[in-house]
Amino acid sequence: MTTGTEQTLLVTKLRDRFGDRILDTRVFKDEVTHLVDSNALVTVCQFVKTEPGLQMDYLVDVIGVDHFTAAPRFEVVYHLYSIPNRHRLRLKVKLTGEEPIPTVTGIWPAADWPEREAYDMYGIRFEGHPNLQRIYMAPDWEGFPLRKDYPLKGYRDEYNPFGQEREEDF
Amino acid sequence: MTESQTLVDTEKITLHLGPQHPSAHGLLHLVVELQGEKVIRVEPDIGYLHRGTEKIAENLLYHQFVPYTDRLDYLSAMSNNLGYVMAVEKLLDIDLPERVQYIRVIAAELSRIAGHLLCVGAWGMDLGAMSILLYAMREREMILDIFELMCGARMTLSYMRIGGVRYDFTAECAQACLDLVRIMPARIDEYERILTGNRVWLKRNKGIGIISAEEAVTIGLSGPILRASGVKWDIRKSNPYLVYDRIDFDMVTGAAGDCFDRYMVRIEEMRQCLRIIDQCVKAMPDGAFHVDDPWLVPPPHEETYDNMENLIHHFKYVSHGFKVPAGETYVAIESPKGELGVYIVSDGSEKPFRLKLRMPTFMNLQSLNQMCQGGYLADVVAVLSSLDPVFGECDK
Repeated sequence: MTTGTEQTLLVTKLRDRFGDRILDTRVFKDEVTHLVDSNALVTVCQFVKTEPGLQMDYLVDVIGVDHFTAAPRFEVVYHLYSIPNRHRLRLKVKLTGEEPIPTVTGIWPAADWPEREAYDMYGIRFEGHPNLQRIYMAPDWEGFPLRKDYPLKGYRDEYNPFGQEREEDF
Repeated sequence: MTESQTLVDTEKITLHLGPQHPSAHGLLHLVVELQGEKVIRVEPDIGYLHRGTEKIAENLLYHQFVPYTDRLDYLSAMSNNLGYVMAVEKLLDIDLPERVQYIRVIAAELSRIAGHLLCVGAWGMDLGAMSILLYAMREREMILDIFELMCGARMTLSYMRIGGVRYDFTAECAQACLDLVRIMPARIDEYERILTGNRVWLKRNKGIGIISAEEAVTIGLSGPILRASGVKWDIRKSNPYLVYDRIDFDMVTGAAGDCFDRYMVRIEEMRQCLRIIDQCVKAMPDGAFHVDDPWLVPPPHEETYDNMENLIHHFKYVSHGFKVPAGETYVAIESPKGELGVYIVSDGSEKPFRLKLRMPTFMNLQSLNQMCQGGYLADVVAVLSSLDPVFGECDK
């Protein structure tokens, strides 16, 4: 668990450095979350990785979230961990789904597969990713399965007789 | 050296290893680029076992998802149960009775031994040592018997429930655990006699698949593989959960970051698990084995059909579930394979809005190319076994 001083460190260091490019900061259940402007994502990531006192040297995961019907629709969540300082930090970026967001594979090579997974499941495009292909689904799969408007049983075709009928006009 | 230099001129070929291959530990497809026997690049192709677990979770009540977690890392189901229920409990903000915490630590450590045993056994078999698998399975059987005493199941356990565990930890279970603690150290010594000094084992593992501490951190390795590179990071020590902070055990680290160190870390970790189990069984207090909250805990099975109230209670629990306060949380535990994380976004309803499973195998497998490059084709098998991938969890 993060202690009080670490928490203020995680909150203030970023807010002081980036000001209004940190759109929102929340502390919930001792977990610090910063909502970051997608243009500033790479600079923020570079900062939290190298800044002494933060040293987020380990990328835990990159996660897509679909808030369907809300606008902006998608969220990309970065979970970071600092092995020397033992604290966690969550960064978030909101996007509509059409525009690409910059990849963080240049900062943490570990982002390679999780970013591919987010692309595979939500269709979020990461600009500058070395190999942005589907990872779980077949290369010729249509649609993005974890989107909220994708049916649980999938779409009906010759392999899936129980799937939902695909609407023609959208 | 001169011999290998003359071999470099051979034509580059691409070899497809798997998806059905006995040493691929499940459905893994590797595209290996070779020049002679030298590996130029390995590209893992995963997803053959993808079941859409996260999509399923979004459509299930919170308590209905517990059995699905068994089927992720099916070799150590308790750890998956634990990661998931801890995340939901964090959102629910409930304090667990002491006894539950001790039971959970014992269960998680038993499944860690079970996982490591299968890893070492299958690894030995992949490299041509048949007997070690049979010995490892013999001891794994003892652990599965303990699981059977605890919850009646051997593989898909669903023992941990939101708010506690399903059945009490009986005196019989405690005795079985103490027996294991007594018998097991000699058996681990036996594995070491078979493998650790074995010349073939050393040749196949020492200096193979080396990854430095710095590389290991940036590529996202965790668990025994990361510690074998000398990084001191064990979530049980650095961010203790349950009662790990009260228990005396050592964090095991390696130095070279090769396959052999990964093997040694796992062997030593099994010994530490036994220490933890021993302490927990002896320190476990009496008390309830779940929280006292009728929303979260169904009535005991044997009393369910006795009276109307219990039947209604059971029906409400099964069909309606319970609401979880809105918010988001991430909980990470040290599973046998590494950091197992569960990220839940709750919208305040009975079903998770988004559930993301951070699976250690998935992240660890990324490093395969880095570890295999420049080695021989036969080393790919050793490196893969040292990563201990389980595709139930990798492919979700």
